[in-house]
Amino acid sequence: MKVPETEIQQAINDPRLQLAIYTATGRLIDHRAGVVSAEALPDYQALRDEAHAIKKHTIENLDYYLEQLESNVVAHGGKVVFCRTGEEAADFVLNLAKERDLHMLVKSKSMTSEEIHFNERLEKHHLEAIETDLGEYILQLAHQRPYHIVAPALHLTRYDVADVFTKELGVENEVAIEKQTKLARKVLRQKFLEAGIGVSGANFLIADSGAIVIVENEGNARLTTSTPKIHIAIAGIEKVIPRAQDLAVFLNLLGRSATGQPLTVYTSFLSGPRRESEIDGPDEFYLLLLDNGRTNLLADPEKRQSLFCIRCGACLNHCPVYRKIGGHNYPWVYSGPIGAIITPQFHGINQDTWLPFASSLCGACAEVCPVKIEIPKLLLKLREEVTEVKRRQCSDGLERFAFQLFAWVATHPKIYRFLANLGSIFFPLVPHIGPLKKWASQRSVPEPAKQSFHAWWASRKGSS
Amino acid sequence: MNTRVSLFVTCIVDQVFPQVGIAITQVLERLGYQVDFPSAQTCCGQPAFNSGYTDEARSIARHFLDVFRDSEHIIVPSGSCTSMISHHFADIFQHDPQLLAAAHALEPRVWEFSRFLLEVARVEDVGARFDGVVTYHDSCHALRELRIKSGPRTLLTKVQGLTLAEMSAAEECCGFGGTFSIKFPEVSGAMGRTKIEAIQKTGASTVVSIDSSCLMQLQGVIDRAGLPIRTMHLAEVLAAQ
Repeated sequence: MKVPETEIQQAINDPRLQLAIYTATGRLIDHRAGVVSAEALPDYQALRDEAHAIKKHTIENLDYYLEQLESNVVAHGGKVVFCRTGEEAADFVLNLAKERDLHMLVKSKSMTSEEIHFNERLEKHHLEAIETDLGEYILQLAHQRPYHIVAPALHLTRYDVADVFTKELGVENEVAIEKQTKLARKVLRQKFLEAGIGVSGANFLIADSGAIVIVENEGNARLTTSTPKIHIAIAGIEKVIPRAQDLAVFLNLLGRSATGQPLTVYTSFLSGPRRESEIDGPDEFYLLLLDNGRTNLLADPEKRQSLFCIRCGACLNHCPVYRKIGGHNYPWVYSGPIGAIITPQFHGINQDTWLPFASSLCGACAEVCPVKIEIPKLLLKLREEVTEVKRRQCSDGLERFAFQLFAWVATHPKIYRFLANLGSIFFPLVPHIGPLKKWASQRSVPEPAKQSFHAWWASRKGSS
Repeated sequence: MNTRVSLFVTCIVDQVFPQVGIAITQVLERLGYQVDFPSAQTCCGQPAFNSGYTDEARSIARHFLDVFRDSEHIIVPSGSCTSMISHHFADIFQHDPQLLAAAHALEPRVWEFSRFLLEVARVEDVGARFDGVVTYHDSCHALRELRIKSGPRTLLTKVQGLTLAEMSAAEECCGFGGTFSIKFPEVSGAMGRTKIEAIQKTGASTVVSIDSSCLMQLQGVIDRAGLPIRTMHLAEVLAAQ
């Protein structure tokens, strides 16, 4: 796919949208800064190192921990289904619903389900999926995909939400956030009671206990996983962590990095269906472990750190490019810096070749990543792979020639100096040359120096 | 003291901002250094490296290693180019033990200009005078790869007549990003304009940085908007008397 230039231009030229993105991400930046400061969390940097080490160990021993996880989930009375693709995951849910004659399910927030277009697949077969996270519910009504990993409706103001509710629910235009929330709550409570299946994601899968962990702020995940008779959790295989005590590291980092909360409002530990002695909980529990391209990333010892991601969204909030172009101009549901490194790895390096280049390499993402993924380094590596693919396809003609010429000039000092002295002839041409035309559309072109430093130095030595 | 230091001016300073190289020469000579300028120098190779053309970057990096082989201290008026040499040459030569060793041997001898003043010359007050309010822009690679944050500010606050006004988004990228600004000119321009808004709010009439490429981006956006703000490299401020 080519760069969505028109859409990017529209986003940049929309002052209301720009304000919404900048304000919302700015708030998340400030909140995070407050809870990871040396005063608030003296061990913050050590926790990041630890988180990186645990993830590295787990990803390098993924087969072992997945088997351990499976046997422990089964021991609790649950069932584990390994799904190679999103289609396999959706088919499992569809077949189960058909078998039990169920026509509606509720969902709590899950980027993994977004990744596999879960709702669309279900709707094609007349199985209705209702999003119960407020942001996701708004987007479902508005027929949009998430704008942000953590704050899906980050780009919408309360006035936008009022319009969506009026249009889709036929209610009066209500701009007070509390009242909007109450309205959604009223609609969704009924859905929880009617749904035959609850589908959730999972933030962590604990191998040694077979429990899944879900963090949230609204309580809808609790209702999703406990009210319907069947609970299905869909999670990427990289969500597994070895031990429950590893959560001491990850829970300390996830909420802080995502929303600036030391802990989210709810942290649920779910291990299997309701036992006989228990009052609440589903009768059946299924854990769908999704590959969907993840195992392709395991081969490269450097790039596989992309699988360490705990989906906190901090890299999006701090990315000056994300903050300009917004979440919908990225080709996949994962936007921002993490999207820029995982999309080409999941979909193939020859797809969306522009993505690794859509970064000024400022490094703000890596600085805030709680699991220390070296995002700029991976962007550079992917850029190298993209240029290699283009070289093989012979589709980078002019650019490759320019860099070859540049390298040749830069290794021939006399020619370099000769051309540098011609700079004053070249500069006025800048606004008229191919790709530089657009560059000059955004800024004034600098005046060329009357004398290069090389020339100044030579004249100085000559006169002294 | 008559220590010899070698100046690597970078391609952008050589051709667009020679006054920065001249200023560095003046400051260093005033401090008693003998400044040497290896005339075979060209570029560090960063534009090619950041664009995915590693082979091309490697040949330029080899040339750099050759040119500065015998230099004891290499002074660079850019955080970004310094980081390219001291951090990324090792990536470029990772499969070539001999050149990798040469790159590692070079690392401790490469100095971003402000860091050299503070850590080698051990001087905070270079005797400069500059009347006006300035704000400092943290360039990304200096800040995040070289961990340069307080040093340039320390040097600025010792300049007579100068008032340093911090901006709210000092650590936000200016939007240049080398070829990023050519591949994504509108996004780059928008990032620059956001930065300028933060600069304007400080009331400063001058933006100072240790990277000329950021300053070229900022000045371009400032001039396009017709704002009465000028950009100056730290060396120019420190050379002013």
